[in-house]
Amino acid sequence: MAEQQVRNFNINFGPQHPAAHGVLRLVLELDGEIVTRVDPHIGLLHRGTEKLIEHKTYTQAVPYFDRLDYVAPMNQEHAFALATEKLLGIEIPKRAQLIRVLYSEIGRLLSHLLNVTTQAMDVGALTPPLWGFEEREKLMMFYERACGARMHSNYVRPGGVHQDLPDQLVEDIDAFCEPFLKVVDDLDRLITGNRIFKQRNVDIGVVSLDECWAWGFSGVMVRGSGAAWDLRKSQPYECYEEMEFDIPVGKNGDCYDRYLIRMEEMRQSTSIMRQCCEKLRTTKGPVHTLDGKVAPPKRAEMKRSMEALIHHFKLYTEGFRVPEGEVYAAVEAPKGEFGVYLVSDGTNKPYRCKIKAPGFAHLQAMDTICEGHMLADVAAILGSLDIVFGEVDR
Amino acid sequence: MADTVQIDSLVDLVEMIRVAQADAVIEHKIEFGQLTVMLTRSGLVEVVRFLRDDPRTAFVNLVDICGVDWPARAERFDVVYHFLSPVHNLRIRLKVMTDERTPVPSLSGIFPAADWYEREAYDLYGILFSGHPDLRRLLTDYGFDGHPLRKDFPLTGFVEVRYDDEAKRVVYEPVNLVQQFRDFDFLSPWEGTDYVLPGDEKAN
Repeated sequence: MAEQQVRNFNINFGPQHPAAHGVLRLVLELDGEIVTRVDPHIGLLHRGTEKLIEHKTYTQAVPYFDRLDYVAPMNQEHAFALATEKLLGIEIPKRAQLIRVLYSEIGRLLSHLLNVTTQAMDVGALTPPLWGFEEREKLMMFYERACGARMHSNYVRPGGVHQDLPDQLVEDIDAFCEPFLKVVDDLDRLITGNRIFKQRNVDIGVVSLDECWAWGFSGVMVRGSGAAWDLRKSQPYECYEEMEFDIPVGKNGDCYDRYLIRMEEMRQSTSIMRQCCEKLRTTKGPVHTLDGKVAPPKRAEMKRSMEALIHHFKLYTEGFRVPEGEVYAAVEAPKGEFGVYLVSDGTNKPYRCKIKAPGFAHLQAMDTICEGHMLADVAAILGSLDIVFGEVDR
Repeated sequence: MADTVQIDSLVDLVEMIRVAQADAVIEHKIEFGQLTVMLTRSGLVEVVRFLRDDPRTAFVNLVDICGVDWPARAERFDVVYHFLSPVHNLRIRLKVMTDERTPVPSLSGIFPAADWYEREAYDLYGILFSGHPDLRRLLTDYGFDGHPLRKDFPLTGFVEVRYDDEAKRVVYEPVNLVQQFRDFDFLSPWEGTDYVLPGDEKAN
């Protein structure tokens, strides 16, 4: 073949590709079947969340956080609530903390179930998503029973959580844990040892720990490369200090290690959920701060108390004012460190609310991670980075 | 107890930066247990390199870069950097100020992660970064005009997009709102809104 006929090949991956996990457009430059350059084009789901939040009160800003990483909504709300509470200087009651931790872990299961099973689907297995989504459905029912919505919960609010959990719900969540562990074991038997799954994931997308830090990775990505770094342990918030759980750590930093870590984290999360349920049975009391200037009063109270009525009216029209200052609060979301940098100018609306999404940092390293891999590995790597476009594009 | 230990190490950290890079630091403050250091633009890169390479600090993880707009100021933008030191379990926030025309030195030579964060700040605020390899727009539409997160950019934007069935393509048109976006002024509630509420035209 003549020399000039050999040329690199450019292809468009997405934005409507099932393995792109949303609306990602990748411009791939191929040399035969080897990827030489990846240029991710993001922003196709950009909704201007940060701008919108600047024009809404603190209470009205909460639902926007559900729509970021829509796979685990409450974890995002949690970060915003923590940031606001830090500025307000309020401490939330014990029961609210337990509920938040319980639902953060449910969110982690939701996210990991989706990721682990769809990654298996990306490399060719169809059964795992069917099994995983059945469990997700049950977990979404728990969301629904707590707040009325399956996904966009608007439940974790600055000052606590919106409503108390019924006792039966706590019992049902506790009863869910034992059979769920069996499902995880089933998934484990189905995928972990599978020859095709291993061929597609082992030694694919290897990242060293130094690279991880330099690229701004967090969460499963750094744990896969060998750092025992988890904000729930290292910078504990809420009542994670009292919970007993282990941090799984990988050795090789490849897609397979990240998969294994997610599987183990699901087991650990289930154990945290059980501990929460156990404590929720004995810990009664309010589920949000009793500061009437921040949390709305109970409806029954409004019928009798003039002050409660005024508080209610003020909170749902003007909202509460937050003292001037700036603060950064982060939680260990399923995908990594989800942070909120909040600047307040003393009014009832955030002056600036920067959302630090873990997926954003992970996605921008696609070029480095994919270099030298085959075209088919791009889907596997993308799956193991655990990208959700709601949070990357904001 | 844990909080006071953290504060002490933050104070030590500031001392270390001030000793190593005295010219770069303008001021510092510790609020809510978090350290903010204001830097000069020219000193930024050296301070970040020092923070990353010195084993006593080891801020090897770039968490976030973002802009904040203060239109009333002469240098209207803050560029805010968040770093994390996993070894010492510390966080630090660095800040530099700039305006629309003066570029801030890019960190992409030190942290590869800075690439997209700086592109985002450029896209949303129009902050320029000198030495950035590829300062393109990131989040907004192809061919977008303006910097949407600036305070003087309206929430509703200027153009809206729809698919035109006759032209068989997506068309851009000036925004036409059926109802005004109602932005109430809660700082002086008795003044009311500065536009005429629909239906109120006839009141006077």
